[in-house]
Amino acid sequence: MQLTKLAHARSGDKGDTANVGLIALRDDAYPILVREVTAVRVKQHFQGICKGEVERFELPNLGALNFLLHESLGGGGTLSLMTDAQGKTFSTALLRMEIEISDDEARKLELN
Amino acid sequence: MKEKIRIAAGQGFWGDLPDAPVRQVEGGPIDYLMLDYLAEVTMSIMQKQKARDPNAGYARDYIPLMKRILPACVQRNIKVTANAGGVNVRGCANALIDVARELGFAGRVRIGIVTGDDIMPRLDEFLSRGIELRNMDTDEPLSTVRDSIQSANVYLGAAPIVEALNHGAQFVITGRATDTGLTLAPMIHEFGWAANDWNRLAAGTIAGHIIECGAQASGGNCQYEWRNIPNLADVGFPIAEASADGTFVITKHEGTGGRVNIPSIKEQLVYEMGDPHEYITPDCVADFTTIRLQDDGRDRVRVYAIEGRPATEFLKVSISYSAGFKAVGTLVYAWPDAYEKAQAADKILRARLERLGLSFEYMLTEFVGVNATHGPLAGAPRADLPEVQLRVGVRGQDRSAIERFTKEIAPLILTGPPAVTGFAGGRPKVEEIVAYWPALIPKTEISPVVEVLEA
Repeated sequence: MQLTKLAHARSGDKGDTANVGLIALRDDAYPILVREVTAVRVKQHFQGICKGEVERFELPNLGALNFLLHESLGGGGTLSLMTDAQGKTFSTALLRMEIEISDDEARKLELN
Repeated sequence: MKEKIRIAAGQGFWGDLPDAPVRQVEGGPIDYLMLDYLAEVTMSIMQKQKARDPNAGYARDYIPLMKRILPACVQRNIKVTANAGGVNVRGCANALIDVARELGFAGRVRIGIVTGDDIMPRLDEFLSRGIELRNMDTDEPLSTVRDSIQSANVYLGAAPIVEALNHGAQFVITGRATDTGLTLAPMIHEFGWAANDWNRLAAGTIAGHIIECGAQASGGNCQYEWRNIPNLADVGFPIAEASADGTFVITKHEGTGGRVNIPSIKEQLVYEMGDPHEYITPDCVADFTTIRLQDDGRDRVRVYAIEGRPATEFLKVSISYSAGFKAVGTLVYAWPDAYEKAQAADKILRARLERLGLSFEYMLTEFVGVNATHGPLAGAPRADLPEVQLRVGVRGQDRSAIERFTKEIAPLILTGPPAVTGFAGGRPKVEEIVAYWPALIPKTEISPVVEVLEA
């Protein structure tokens, strides 16, 4: 299932690092995000875009995960030649990710 | 002591909606207006302006804005905190004094100015004493770019702004100050929070973080049910309604567009977030994992339970330096085979640049409509795309090479693949790159200076 059905997101930059905050649309979807959207998966997902490490932080109080994607913005700031030098669209790029979710979970989240 | 104050955000960045602060003042009750003008490289632009004209070097928009709102602010005792001073805080204050006198408020307006953030004249002294100002991202010492530095400013926190307010200033103008400090300072001033009341300082800091990007907290750039966000044409900027106990409500003026709800606040909370356990400012370390949100009625979200920790021993320094030149050229290819044509044009361009013997530190080709935002994640494009924009950028130290590149774009129209347009703007402009160098400096090295002037 595509992540966009379970979460919304906002992204931004700090130098050459993009940050993506991923927020569960419903509180009960948060544990699925924690299980499925790991730093390793995100690094794979952004293959060819994120050249550095991916860090993940958990914010259970907001039902959110924060990802730092290092070396992703072509140098960042004014050095970058990219259209999206500030990583503003990394948010929806992450929401393209396909994740594994059981029928039972989908039913509970009313996603069927 | 007031139990509650309303702090309104008027600008989310330098160049935000010009009428937003006016609407914040006129649209309903507020006690404070907060204006953030400084992006990371703004100081270097201002440094250049000041070199040409000693009276320039601050956020010029601030002065005509104050002409419009100063009478209402004086009549209703609305205080304004702004980092509009850039590299010429005094020049900005003098221009404001002129405005106040012109409007007949001579003797009735006190202006606080905060300086001491500019460390440009002290850089060599610091370096000679072993304060290396290493780049926080790359760990390189500042000496590697010493000769290209254009500006160097410390981010000051809330404390000097509080001091200005305590001395009766109604309009506080700072140079480089944190956006969060502009919002936190009014709370410390009004509620008398102690300098080590870390939980409340963290709460005020997080309130500042939520409103510092303007409408991005009140429905702008919000993904959650974006189609249903009402009347963004008339979007209301956010207001923090702060209480002395360190809790606050984010809201906006009645009757304005946009939306303040839990999802809109969550999206802004995670914006530009690093490690959520430690959001470091000069005033405290705020822990975003403690924040609790609660629906408090229509367009109202209550924020509470925030915890903070002692501030660090360092201040962040924002240094800008010249890092070469860049240019970006674009052309638009139309159906049929738009993407294929744009790719062919890119190959031709690269072959010509190579034949000219031009080399660049970096060259990037993007195809807008195919991969400019999501890169390979976008997958293969449809075969019948109506149009594709070819966008090629180059960067390097040799200005003449970048100049030469800009002359190779337009000729592609007559010498490359067909059905191409979109060159009305002329040759691409060569831009000087002013890059950003973040560093840390011990707090003990920096002494903010506060003065209160009378119009």
